[in-house]
Amino acid sequence: MDIIAQLFAGLSLGSVLLLAALGLSLTFGQMGVINMAHGEFMMAGAYTAFVVQGVVGDAGVSLLLALPLGFVVGGLLGLLLEATLIHRMYRRPLDTLLVTWGVALVLQQVARDVFGAPNVDVRAPAWLSGAVEIGGLALPRTRLFILALAAVCVVALALALRATPLGRRIRAVVQNRDLAEASGISSRATDRVTFFIGSGLAGIAGVALTLLGSIGPTLGTNYIVDAFLVVVAGGIGQIKGTVIAATALGLMQAFLEYSTTASVAKVLVFVAIVAFLQLRPQGLVSVRTRSLA
Amino acid sequence: MTDTPSTGQRAELARPHAAPEKRGTPDDRPGTPAAGPAPRATPPGLAGADALLGTDTTRFRHDYLEVRGLRVEFDGFVAVRDVDLTVTQGDLRFLIGPNGAGKTTLIDAVTGLVRATGSAAFGGSELLGRTTHRIARAGVGRTFQTASVFEELTVLQNLDIAAGARRRPLTLLRRRTTTPPAVEQALETVGLTAQRDLPAGVLAHGQKQWLEIGMLLVQDAHLLLLDEPVAGMTQAEREETGQLLRRIGSQRVVVVVEHDMEFLRSFADSVTVMHQGRVLAEGTVAEVQNDPAVVEVYLGTPAEPAGDVPAGTVPAGTVPADAAPADAAPADAATREGEPR
Repeated sequence: MDIIAQLFAGLSLGSVLLLAALGLSLTFGQMGVINMAHGEFMMAGAYTAFVVQGVVGDAGVSLLLALPLGFVVGGLLGLLLEATLIHRMYRRPLDTLLVTWGVALVLQQVARDVFGAPNVDVRAPAWLSGAVEIGGLALPRTRLFILALAAVCVVALALALRATPLGRRIRAVVQNRDLAEASGISSRATDRVTFFIGSGLAGIAGVALTLLGSIGPTLGTNYIVDAFLVVVAGGIGQIKGTVIAATALGLMQAFLEYSTTASVAKVLVFVAIVAFLQLRPQGLVSVRTRSLA
Repeated sequence: MTDTPSTGQRAELARPHAAPEKRGTPDDRPGTPAAGPAPRATPPGLAGADALLGTDTTRFRHDYLEVRGLRVEFDGFVAVRDVDLTVTQGDLRFLIGPNGAGKTTLIDAVTGLVRATGSAAFGGSELLGRTTHRIARAGVGRTFQTASVFEELTVLQNLDIAAGARRRPLTLLRRRTTTPPAVEQALETVGLTAQRDLPAGVLAHGQKQWLEIGMLLVQDAHLLLLDEPVAGMTQAEREETGQLLRRIGSQRVVVVVEHDMEFLRSFADSVTVMHQGRVLAEGTVAEVQNDPAVVEVYLGTPAEPAGDVPAGTVPAGTVPADAAPADAAPADAATREGEPR
């Protein structure tokens, strides 16, 4: 029974990682932009949930409102960042890293000034409190909700990329920018839309994180490194790889935590990733395979 | 193979009844045989091309490409200078010249991929200074030297992208339920109907090149700039491609960059020779072949001013097929020489 409990803990952790990394798999994986402010977009999504709850009051309604609003807030922040700074340095990844890190610090300070340095809490709705009992095992409803949310986000993104004309355009621009332009596609507009969606997914992840604990200005910094690791380990630009890597890292962390401590588990996971990338630098799912989702 | 207004998207696009064009005459109406060269026998693989091409004679018949004083500079190196070029509809123009002559750069400049000064106008509107996708939406289509398709997308998706370039943003999230008739036609025209759901990356080289042309057709391009469209094709494939280009060229403005002299002799209406970024000669195939300056560039006659070489010193018609591999990429040349002719 312990194993099943750890399995659930691992999947739950994996789903959180996946939510954090899914947007990055677009902006970093597809577009090659190293956006260190991605974590702060999550933080913005979390504070969006906080504000919405302050306005609406009812925890259930506010959560359901905050999810799309968090997407929009994260997306707009991303759009702003892309339009002002990132698009000037598409061929300078190192500069992008530094600039977006600076933006991340600015956003943290803005959050501190607006909402105060101490963490704040967002109440979970009543229908997510407590746990579901399955065979003597208590599965917290918030965790189940996040699992489902992650699954919905993955499916929606995969469908959008594969089945809609917009998704075809995003993939076309990623694969061959000049040909896409010569085919009449505005690569600038497509870049912006891609960045909006990727950043918006960070906003959704932020809203989900409010269900797991209190939130503060540095919320994003806790997740940004893990999120990048997931995308790199999964294979750049491969949603399938991101899903597998997030799940694997979550499970690994959970099981190692069970037999050691949280810090040791984290170290072991990092070591495992480094070793894995030595053996397979291109990540789990190679870029050259044809399917994206 | 004449077309009726009910088949093919072309007929809808031309809207002959809803909005008659001022310059349209009864003779221009869809359903009448296309103006231009007399009908030719249709090669089996290209059946349906007329349905795609044949009805659109009203809209663009007076369009032409006009390049004046075009100049492209890369960090002080002048790749193209003082190029004047006029190509009209129905005049299948070939652009030849040794490596580094500036042929591809010229196409890049016209399609907005490199910065250029001077003027390049199509259908009376200036192209220089516009972004590449706007130029594409203005009806200018091009292919790339290395067969460039979206390799990870299916054949159908490639065509969909080209067909949907002018789609409005809000329709982009709608899933398409049926294949547009123009896309179906293009699939048939380029003979890729059976491969429609394969990723374009697994197509044979020649099929990719046909897919490129198919993309230009559904893109509704009326100026086609083709960069080595038959490189690496078999003789039979070249023949089919040439026939297709002829048919396209009767109603659109087509410029073909090509090294293959035999292909040029079979299909070119006129030829422009470029050398070191300039236009060296222009005329019919025979005129160009007998031009002493051209002969010198291709055969490397000793350093005498081009004008001083009497035409008689070189046998007429001596831009031989052998000259082509000399300026093609080595790998390319090897394939070409290895192929049965």
